[in-house]
Amino acid sequence: MTRIYVSRDMASVALGADDVARAFEAAGCEVVRTGSRGLFSIEPLVEVEQDGTRIGYGPVGPGDVAAVLDGSHAARLGDVAALPFFAGQQRFTFARCGVIDPLDMADYAAHGGWRGLDAARAMAPQAVVDAVKASGLRGRGGAGFPTGIKWQTVLDAASDAKFIVCNADEGDSGTFADRMLMEGDPLCLIEGMAIAGHAVGAYHGYIYIRSEYPFAIATMQEAIELSALRIAPFTLEVRVGAGAYVCGEETALLDSIEGKRGQVRAKPPLPALAGLFGQPTVINNVLSLAAVPFILSEGAQAYAAVGFGRSRGTMPVQLAGNVKHGGLYEIGFGITLGELVNGIGGGTASGRPVRAVQVGGPLGAYFPPSMFDLPFDYEAFAQAGGLIGHAGITVFDDTVDMAHMARFAMEFCAVESCGKCTPCRIGSTRGVEVMDRIIAARNTTPPPADPPVGPFLKKALNSRSPSRINTGPEAQTALLRDLCDTMKYGSLCALGGFTPYPVLSALDHFPEDFGAPAPVKEAAE
Amino acid sequence: MKRMQQGIGAEDMARLVEDWASAHGRTRDRLLPLLHWLQEEIGYVDDMAVPAIAAALNLSRADVHGVVTFYHDFRRAPAGRHVVKLCRAESCQARGGAAMEAAAADRLGVAMGETRRDGQVTLEPVYCLGLCAVGPNALVDGRPVARVDAAALDRIAREIAA
Repeated sequence: MTRIYVSRDMASVALGADDVARAFEAAGCEVVRTGSRGLFSIEPLVEVEQDGTRIGYGPVGPGDVAAVLDGSHAARLGDVAALPFFAGQQRFTFARCGVIDPLDMADYAAHGGWRGLDAARAMAPQAVVDAVKASGLRGRGGAGFPTGIKWQTVLDAASDAKFIVCNADEGDSGTFADRMLMEGDPLCLIEGMAIAGHAVGAYHGYIYIRSEYPFAIATMQEAIELSALRIAPFTLEVRVGAGAYVCGEETALLDSIEGKRGQVRAKPPLPALAGLFGQPTVINNVLSLAAVPFILSEGAQAYAAVGFGRSRGTMPVQLAGNVKHGGLYEIGFGITLGELVNGIGGGTASGRPVRAVQVGGPLGAYFPPSMFDLPFDYEAFAQAGGLIGHAGITVFDDTVDMAHMARFAMEFCAVESCGKCTPCRIGSTRGVEVMDRIIAARNTTPPPADPPVGPFLKKALNSRSPSRINTGPEAQTALLRDLCDTMKYGSLCALGGFTPYPVLSALDHFPEDFGAPAPVKEAAE
Repeated sequence: MKRMQQGIGAEDMARLVEDWASAHGRTRDRLLPLLHWLQEEIGYVDDMAVPAIAAALNLSRADVHGVVTFYHDFRRAPAGRHVVKLCRAESCQARGGAAMEAAAADRLGVAMGETRRDGQVTLEPVYCLGLCAVGPNALVDGRPVARVDAAALDRIAREIAA
């Protein structure tokens, strides 16, 4: 019987993979459902096993069964791993994703699974923490805090109850690596959490998954049942979010698990000392925890050997939005933004020129193509006024209105604010209003000139009475900058604190969309 | 997916909640799982359920109300028979999501965030389904749909009318 591999990833299913799988089953094939390889322009992808190797075809529809089976299908790709998109990658964390049946324990073990956990359990907890420190692994959720140091704090905390919490509340638009891993290699995450448990002395873990990921929730729950004996005495459970973006913030996430409103806690105390239920808690992103099995099985040096500056190891970069070859590309730090967007992503899907890319989700900065030589590195991005966040890159073509995107950033913050601190709760709503005035001023030709501002009017800039507000574009832009400054430095967490990144980067790099003249520097280039 | 229990009374509600709590625990951290279960069971979290939950988990009614209203997922009124969630986030916008949002409202005959008057469909915004390279994306009664275009909207509209 011919063996066929078809992805069960939510994105593949959204493109029709279930119908394709059913068609091959009806034709008498043995169908193995894997995770996604991570290149969505070839999904639904079908791989036919022939003499121990897999020949890929994609995209394939349910009517293509015969053509695929006799090898005459026009979309024949050959060995998928040899395609340029995959050959250039360094797959440490996603090595098994798209290759194995995610819920086959034997398949997992045959592909190097559990070797990290076995190695860790043969070591003293301190030695495991030292290995993670030596690997240089930094928090992949976006903050980039060294994972080993966090673990050390929890290991050193005296308590009989400690917890491992996995942050799988991947709410950033343009990111899907957590989802792909949980659907394509859930046992890898479980192994990473069990290693963390051994390293810090915790016996119970929670995986907090957003409700928008029904496939990941089901796959993780099944994988936890399957692996319960293998990871004992460590135990795990899934908690499902309820549509609140702010619960991706670690302290809000802890409150949500505790059954409260997902509101941000003031720090200190750090969650590492007083986290879930007031106990010492390791809270890490999916990708941080899933990187750990490799570090333990292959050695910290093997992981640290790859990277750039103080950013060690690999990053699963996600190419999203208006991009020709969108998907997941795991590569060592240091690759430039331009190589990712134009080289690997192949430019826009619409064929129009790239105008802007947003890196790091709704709280990440917008960059113009003139900054595409920026290397993918935590420090380099911070210096350029942005962040790599969860490494999602959303590509926009030249039809994008950057003032509209800046307004959306404020609107999103207003919708999702937890309401605890004023700069975020009120500032975001005022931000939408200011953006509306800037857009209105831009759209009236000629734009209204700023009236002469006396000392009285300056004070009245923040007045609620519309007649006393100076609605000229310059005054409103100044107000926007002032507001962003307050939000950035006055907010309790990254939601209010980072919303200024997309807003100000749009304003700085694309002033022409805000009714101001285009920057001279870019024109000279 | 949902078993609608129309016309459930306060007493039945209290019993339903109480049964769940005695089977699954009464600690505070059970609140979200209980709310998820209740919504799955009845289709929404009725205001009538709040005192029952407060009693079962030993919380104040204000506390329970605060949690129910904080999370976008919990509905306080029944949804339409079909629920279409359309992504509004940046990656879908980069692929023409805003135009699809307007087209969906037009094709399904209901404004974003509302339930159609005949109760047949609810159209809701969602902020990212994690299918960001193949947008605009939708979730139709829990089933993911990628690359939503006019033809896909026609199929969805036919599905809903059936």
